[in-house]
Amino acid sequence: MNSINDLYRQVIVEHYKNPRNKGLKEGSEYRRLRLKNPSCGDDVTIQIKTNGNVVEEVLHDGSGCSICCSSASVMSEVIKGKTIEEAEGLVEDFYSLIKGEEPRDEESLDEAMAFVGVSQFPARVKCATLSWKALGALLIGEEGVKDIHE
Amino acid sequence: MLDTKSIKKDFPILINNPNLTYLDSAASSLKPACVINKIKEYYEEYGVNVHRGVYGLSYKATDEYEETREVVAKFLNAKAEEIVFTKGATSALNLVAASYGMANINEGDEIIVSELEHHSSVMPWQEIVKIKKAKLVFVPLDSEGRITVENFKKVLTSKTKVVALTYVSNVMGYVSPIKEIIELAHVVNATVIVDAAQAAPHLKIDVKELNADFLAFSAHKMLGPSGLGVLYGKYKLLNSMNPIEFGGDMNDYVEKYDSTFKDAPYKFEAGTPLISEVIAFKEAIYYLEKIGMDNIHTHEQKLMNLAMAGLKEIDGITVYNKTCETGVISFNINGIHPHDAATIFDQNNVALRAGHHCAQLITSWLGCVGTLRASFYLYNDAHDVEVFINSVKQAAEYFKEWNI
Repeated sequence: MNSINDLYRQVIVEHYKNPRNKGLKEGSEYRRLRLKNPSCGDDVTIQIKTNGNVVEEVLHDGSGCSICCSSASVMSEVIKGKTIEEAEGLVEDFYSLIKGEEPRDEESLDEAMAFVGVSQFPARVKCATLSWKALGALLIGEEGVKDIHE
Repeated sequence: MLDTKSIKKDFPILINNPNLTYLDSAASSLKPACVINKIKEYYEEYGVNVHRGVYGLSYKATDEYEETREVVAKFLNAKAEEIVFTKGATSALNLVAASYGMANINEGDEIIVSELEHHSSVMPWQEIVKIKKAKLVFVPLDSEGRITVENFKKVLTSKTKVVALTYVSNVMGYVSPIKEIIELAHVVNATVIVDAAQAAPHLKIDVKELNADFLAFSAHKMLGPSGLGVLYGKYKLLNSMNPIEFGGDMNDYVEKYDSTFKDAPYKFEAGTPLISEVIAFKEAIYYLEKIGMDNIHTHEQKLMNLAMAGLKEIDGITVYNKTCETGVISFNINGIHPHDAATIFDQNNVALRAGHHCAQLITSWLGCVGTLRASFYLYNDAHDVEVFINSVKQAAEYFKEWNI
């Protein structure tokens, strides 16, 4: 069961059980994007508040498997306080990590590095990346509700 | 039990993947060598078009193609002209809705479906209802999630024009009392469309005895090639229907502003059909008949009982269809998303399905995002059940540590 433990690292399980920054807020300073994957039922809403160039808050809500939910929670912590440019870079870095490539900035990915094992489980890639996709879209100004088809 | 040792040898995929425990036949069955070889035979020996050529090879291909129609007809106790080859059960069910539904459903009419339906048995009717301002009516399921005659009576009215129901549920494995339902529906002159995609591979079907108006299934779930399905329709009904695809081979005379069509079933098979698939499909039916549909059903029930007994001993799981009479088990590890659990099975080379199984209505009814589904077929044996049960145990124990 070694490789299963590569996937379900302690950090992932811990964030799944005790999600950080969970729950959305009202207010015009918050922008939200909801992404749904109808084929598996994962349904995540990411909400951000920016102040100038800085992403001050990242919130999330929704339902899905452990990889999907913990990814949103870890992301919310990793991105909080970063500039928009840094956040965009981290989204790219996370995609690299999930593809089994070396991310440029492992240190800033921090706890998100726990998802390194996902690359061995192609069926779970879409679970890990859903909330990062939502964040990426929010960072370039998108909002609303979208279905992801993969 | 069937002689699975020798059956397994007929399936090259099981020889090439000796550690595979295949429990996903409800999604698609494996294919025996006789089917694969027949496809090869067609392409290598007489791989030309059907119904058109005026040369020997084309006659040979046409004979092989039409022979399958006879074989399918006999398999269902129907007539050859009542068998339409389609791209699958989905396409067959869509054909009935788009042709029969569009011509016969009017404002205020009622169409009975259920929450046990596969998406392709309910979605085409959702579209018809929108266009025709008709009404979709759901048979209330009983506490186990079954369609019952009693509940069907509650929704059957003089306004009912179409009844579109599943014969065997692909998530719960329950067998619907379809014969009684058809009898009742005919009293109010409603037309009954049976989704037999999950029934045809596992049960003996006699369309005359059922008195079904239409019945649809897919070849790939019953050892046949993918991409092919069958629509059975009573000939009078079929021949009264308009085609929904027009063009090659389905016409008689084509003039500038109008054309005439061939009779059913040919008017519904526009274009070059799935020739190799149809030709090879009869080998699948021969194979099933050689083993015997009743024997297959009994075999699956034995595996099912064995599996259910094993599952009973495992804590922390929920089985949704404990009383199921076919070889389908839907379950979850408590508190664990089916896709999380599925990864454990995948690691053990146990192929099963996780998710909503193209039947979101029943997973909603069950109140879950999806289920894990193990399904048995004629090539599964007690060892497969053992591997399955051990994997469930392993998964339940693994996730217990998460303490959710």
